[in-house]
Amino acid sequence: MTQLASDHALEVINLKKAFGGLVVTQDVSLAIRPGERRLIIGPNGAGKTTLFNQISGDMRPNSGQIKLFGSDITQLTPYKRAHCGLSRTYQIITLFTDDTLEHNVTLGLLGLRPSRWQMWRPLSHYSDLATEARRTLDAVGLLHLAGHSVSDIAYGEKRRVELAMALAQKPRVLLLDEPLAGLSNTERSLVKSLIASIPRQTTVIMIEHDMDTALDLAETVTLLNYGRVIVDGDRDTVMADERTREVYLGT
Amino acid sequence: MKWIAAVALAALLLLLPFFAGDYYVNLASQILIAAIFALSLNLLVGFGGMTSLGHASYLGVAAYLSALLTSRYGFGHGPAAIVSIAGTTAMAAFFGVIALRATGLGFLMITLALSQVLWGLAYRMSGVTNGDNGIAGLTRPMPFGISLDSAASFYWFALIVTSFAFLMMAIFVSSSFGSSLRGVRDQPRRMAALGFNPWMIRWITFIYAGFWGGISGLLYVYYNKYIHPTSLSITSSAEALLGVIAGGSGTLAGPAVGAALVLLLKNYASAYIERWNMLLGLVFLFIVLVMPTGIVPGLGKLMRRGSR
Amino acid sequence: MQFWIIQGLNSLSLGGLLFLLSSGFSLIFGLMRLANLTHGAFFMLGTYFGATALRAFDGLNMGVTALGAGIAVAAIGGLFERLVLTRLKTNTLGQVLVTLGMSFIISDACLLLWGGDSIPVPTPQNLQAPTRVLGFVFPTYRLVLVACAIGAAIGLYFLLERTRQGAMIRAGVDDRQMARAIGIPVSNMFTIVFCLGAGIAGAGGVLGGPILSAYPGLDADMLPLALIVVILGGIGSLLGAFIGSFIIGFIYTFGTALFPELAYIILFLPMIFVIAFRPQGLFGRVGA
Repeated sequence: MTQLASDHALEVINLKKAFGGLVVTQDVSLAIRPGERRLIIGPNGAGKTTLFNQISGDMRPNSGQIKLFGSDITQLTPYKRAHCGLSRTYQIITLFTDDTLEHNVTLGLLGLRPSRWQMWRPLSHYSDLATEARRTLDAVGLLHLAGHSVSDIAYGEKRRVELAMALAQKPRVLLLDEPLAGLSNTERSLVKSLIASIPRQTTVIMIEHDMDTALDLAETVTLLNYGRVIVDGDRDTVMADERTREVYLGT
Repeated sequence: MKWIAAVALAALLLLLPFFAGDYYVNLASQILIAAIFALSLNLLVGFGGMTSLGHASYLGVAAYLSALLTSRYGFGHGPAAIVSIAGTTAMAAFFGVIALRATGLGFLMITLALSQVLWGLAYRMSGVTNGDNGIAGLTRPMPFGISLDSAASFYWFALIVTSFAFLMMAIFVSSSFGSSLRGVRDQPRRMAALGFNPWMIRWITFIYAGFWGGISGLLYVYYNKYIHPTSLSITSSAEALLGVIAGGSGTLAGPAVGAALVLLLKNYASAYIERWNMLLGLVFLFIVLVMPTGIVPGLGKLMRRGSR
Repeated sequence: MQFWIIQGLNSLSLGGLLFLLSSGFSLIFGLMRLANLTHGAFFMLGTYFGATALRAFDGLNMGVTALGAGIAVAAIGGLFERLVLTRLKTNTLGQVLVTLGMSFIISDACLLLWGGDSIPVPTPQNLQAPTRVLGFVFPTYRLVLVACAIGAAIGLYFLLERTRQGAMIRAGVDDRQMARAIGIPVSNMFTIVFCLGAGIAGAGGVLGGPILSAYPGLDADMLPLALIVVILGGIGSLLGAFIGSFIIGFIYTFGTALFPELAYIILFLPMIFVIAFRPQGLFGRVGA
């Protein structure tokens, strides 16, 4: 059975974004296949997070298209993209700090369900949600902290909760924005093994600005600089490319 | 322990007219009305994170609609109530669309401006609203033929409505929608990324808050048998906001306590001080500077400091 | 024809007054991210000060009175900012509540000091004779008022665009943290801008006296107009406040003249229109 070119999980086509005179995304095009593990690297200011913001809908591009499994999502608001199977984590922790871990994950689960509009039954009565939330926390090794408030747990544990919430919805495409930033070595290997164990039904796209940390998780790499795609291809080819060294060593 | 306190409170509330005179029973009725008003505002402020300074719009419009329909157009109280609440809720939907184009201070300014426009209209359209004279000579409804003219009977009516309102709001905040509302209050971007529609959640809450504001307006006009543009004034909205802040916006019942305190203060202070507005202003300054989280937590803090 | 000319001039003079009222409000909001609900009360204080001074001292110069009242109101504003507002750095809700509380305190104080009756303010003698242009008769005072507003606009423009202090203010409006980082004394600037805003409102109050009179509730009448002007014109934009003031001046004047009972709804409509299609106002910046 032949694979159609439009069977890409995520396609970015000639995306452009400028703030006044400053162009932050210049003609960026990406084609990511289902199940792929793509790493987007580039120095600070290369436009990586801006790219993510446009893919998730938090920012509107000036021109260009974004397609999710062949459907054009460029005009969709962020919450609608979530319903199309897109999920993301943020560089800054955006958890609900005054709530328990279980409540955080429960909200994550509720987002795509019709029961989120229910104004009668107390949330605590949805036992299936609670079970699933606990199962999700267990999968990231945090079940023992389920009843704790997010403000009480360590930074590395918060990152794992974020990941748990993003994965709970079984997304088709997952955007991870610097998931390993600021983690200690032990925490980092924990989160890395979690990312490595994400099922193939989820396509994973990661941003990291430190090249070495996430390299072993990647199959393909895209190098961005000054808002442009410099090199794009499978990991070994990109890393061996002269331009990659240039960008990072500044020669 | 909690159960005993709850039963005692319920008993106190139910049996009040048997051991207190009319003056106090009437005061209690006013407190109940102010409580519903403040609770409805807190759906927006405390649970939704949307500070509105125009909530008096809903109290006032419902009150005026009921007054006009019953006194001028010969409606019975039942149909008038239905039309008034429907109209008020529709207005809340309309105002919500406008106000929710902004958040934070922009939202606050728009709610204030909208409410002031209504207040100005109430004064100017004297052909309809009787302007500064207000509309007097109104009557109270007679549910199931029971007269509400005595202090006690009105009080029990208000108590039933308030209890029902409180119950409905409790259900609302503990529901999955209520949780999503609080989520949108705390992390709107995250909620959108999870699939929630922040605008719709806020708008529905705005409408619901307007609905209960309207209910408090009906009780208000029934109690006073009179309506005047001051019910739509910024002072009216500010008193409710003060009640919410003073009682603590973080809990369901806090604003009711705060509203009671504001009303009692108003009642007793105006016996000694002519300038209620100035006192209100000073109380605002005091609460914000000294006890920003509300009187109950604030008093707790002061007591702990004092015992050191 | 005379009707339209007169209403047109009335619109311009109301627009001018609104600019004096709302320019300060917009500036304060733009720099301090503070919706100063005391602003109507500052204006009213100016009107009352002016009324008392002008009635007590026959022939007192209006300009001097406006300046004096402006300074007095600026001082009151400055005290309030220093003693109260600075303690509420990030507490935006708290700031709103205290400015609201302060407006209640000022308005009740005015009631206490000046009583409940409306106090008419005499038009300065040298401006009482009407001006004749092209066969039309204009009340001179209103022309002068418009001139004052334009003068204030030009003055503010020069202050903001051509002076170092103005540049610092604009930097603070654009990015407060960055301004602090490069050494701009942001908190002193807050006080200065608050005083400036309050002072202009106070001076505007004096100038508005002959047209509006001093009466209890003037603050509550003026504040929503300032809000609508700023919502319309955009926050933090002087040009927006200028144009917005005159648009509202025209709409309100003609609205009241043609449909007196519905004047408020007529005000309402452009505001809704702008909010619906351009929520940042005509000249405001997105995300302000």
